[in-house]
Amino acid sequence: MNSGDTAWVLISAALVLLMTPGLAFFYGGMVRRKNVLSVLMQCFIIMCVLSLQWVLVGYSLSFHPGNGFWGGLQWLGLNGVGLEPYADYAGTIPHQAFMVFQGMFAIITPALIIGAFAERMKFFAFLVFTLLWATFVYDPLCHWVWGMGGWLRNMGALDFAGGTVVHINAGIAALVTAIVLGKRSNLEKNVPTPHNMPFVVLGTALLWFGWFGFNAGSALAANGLAVNAFVVTNTAAAAAGLSWALIEWIRNGKATIFGTCSGAVAGLVAITPAAGFVSVIPAIIIGLLVSVFCFIAVTVIKPLFGYDDSLDAFGVHCVGGIWGALATGLFASKLVNSAGANGAFFGNPKQFLVQLLTVGVTIVYTGVVTLVIYKLVDLFIGVRVDEKSEAMGLDLTQHRERAYTVLE
Amino acid sequence: MKKIEAVIRVEKLEEVTDALEKFGCPGMMVTHIEGHGRQKGIVEQFRGREFKLNFIPKIKIEIIVKDADVDKIIQLVSGIAKTGEIGDGKIFIYPVENVIRIRTGEKGEGAV
Repeated sequence: MNSGDTAWVLISAALVLLMTPGLAFFYGGMVRRKNVLSVLMQCFIIMCVLSLQWVLVGYSLSFHPGNGFWGGLQWLGLNGVGLEPYADYAGTIPHQAFMVFQGMFAIITPALIIGAFAERMKFFAFLVFTLLWATFVYDPLCHWVWGMGGWLRNMGALDFAGGTVVHINAGIAALVTAIVLGKRSNLEKNVPTPHNMPFVVLGTALLWFGWFGFNAGSALAANGLAVNAFVVTNTAAAAAGLSWALIEWIRNGKATIFGTCSGAVAGLVAITPAAGFVSVIPAIIIGLLVSVFCFIAVTVIKPLFGYDDSLDAFGVHCVGGIWGALATGLFASKLVNSAGANGAFFGNPKQFLVQLLTVGVTIVYTGVVTLVIYKLVDLFIGVRVDEKSEAMGLDLTQHRERAYTVLE
Repeated sequence: MKKIEAVIRVEKLEEVTDALEKFGCPGMMVTHIEGHGRQKGIVEQFRGREFKLNFIPKIKIEIIVKDADVDKIIQLVSGIAKTGEIGDGKIFIYPVENVIRIRTGEKGEGAV
């Protein structure tokens, strides 16, 4: 057991937890004022519900060794998950430190999907959907990629901190829910303008800050690999934020803070799977290019197909995540991480194919199961609020409270 | 008595306020509003996409004045608020039936 490693992983877990309220402000600023509390609430209740789901069942399903659909049931309620290290995952920190760090990822992943269905989903339906999705989509996929015995892990898929498990996964679920849920009403006539851009900036800052825990903490030790992940994370975010601003500047004549924030988040998404496998120059390339792909996704592809991914959970997280996963297969180098693998640019094109297959599996599995869960929830509860509630806003109709009133 | 309602550019508020104070105008009401006149809306971008918004932020000033002061105040306000570009705003004049000072119960021009 190493006290430095344990301290770093605990701090990282706290940093990752902070990303979920950060995301709440990132998303909350983008919605209209009548829906800001609903978004904050959805993010916050996920922290409550999934913290419990994780210690009761989620961790066991995801990380108990096994080669099946889930890991297993033997660690339910953290039975047998103690304060001694579990060497197969992290040999120098208590098993529960690893568990709680992973729990923070299980919390933020379903929270990312909120961006797709914001401003029109029933709160109860959202809760049931989230719980089912965490158990039947996140937990199995997490097991396949990160769990001992998971088949994608055994195949050699590289996902340092969750490009596939977190971002592609949530992003595909976002696209599916946005399509089946349909557009917000009156979208053509009423442009849903972001009601508080400073919230978006605040949220982005918290996400960037928390992401150091997300990526550098995924080294699971206070070591050189953590430092590499920290450096490339910051570098990719910076490159992507700048890149998005430049694209806007060239194309629309002005650079915006919203675009710069979106780019920074896209950069953080893209470097996530690669953070422990690539060095700094590839990180710059990954960052510069991710904004190009995500910009096309949100400005060309979304209007072309007409799905209402309200806050671009698909356009930023899925597109950025896919680029990150594939870029890992190109730029990964054993010089950075001897426990990793070389990518196509370092003489191992097979790694690119493994990454491609992992992306494909995630898209198909998550897409199909998300659709099934959605349809079940819709059948028994009804997913969408009625038209009047949507017009009045979810804050009043789903929670009976308002963010801004005329009274002081 | 008249109510002068002036819709002006946001950036002109402080200058207009100073001028009204120098003139001796006792009080004013100021509201942030959004709207459009003949220039229609503006184009903004969100995440790289351009959207046309129908409403532009403006300032609405309401002042209640004696009949004798109306013309001078209109000259004062329009002199400052005018840039010559589209979007300088408008001034509306309404008759005011009565004014009551709540604290003392005074009525009419003395209560302005």
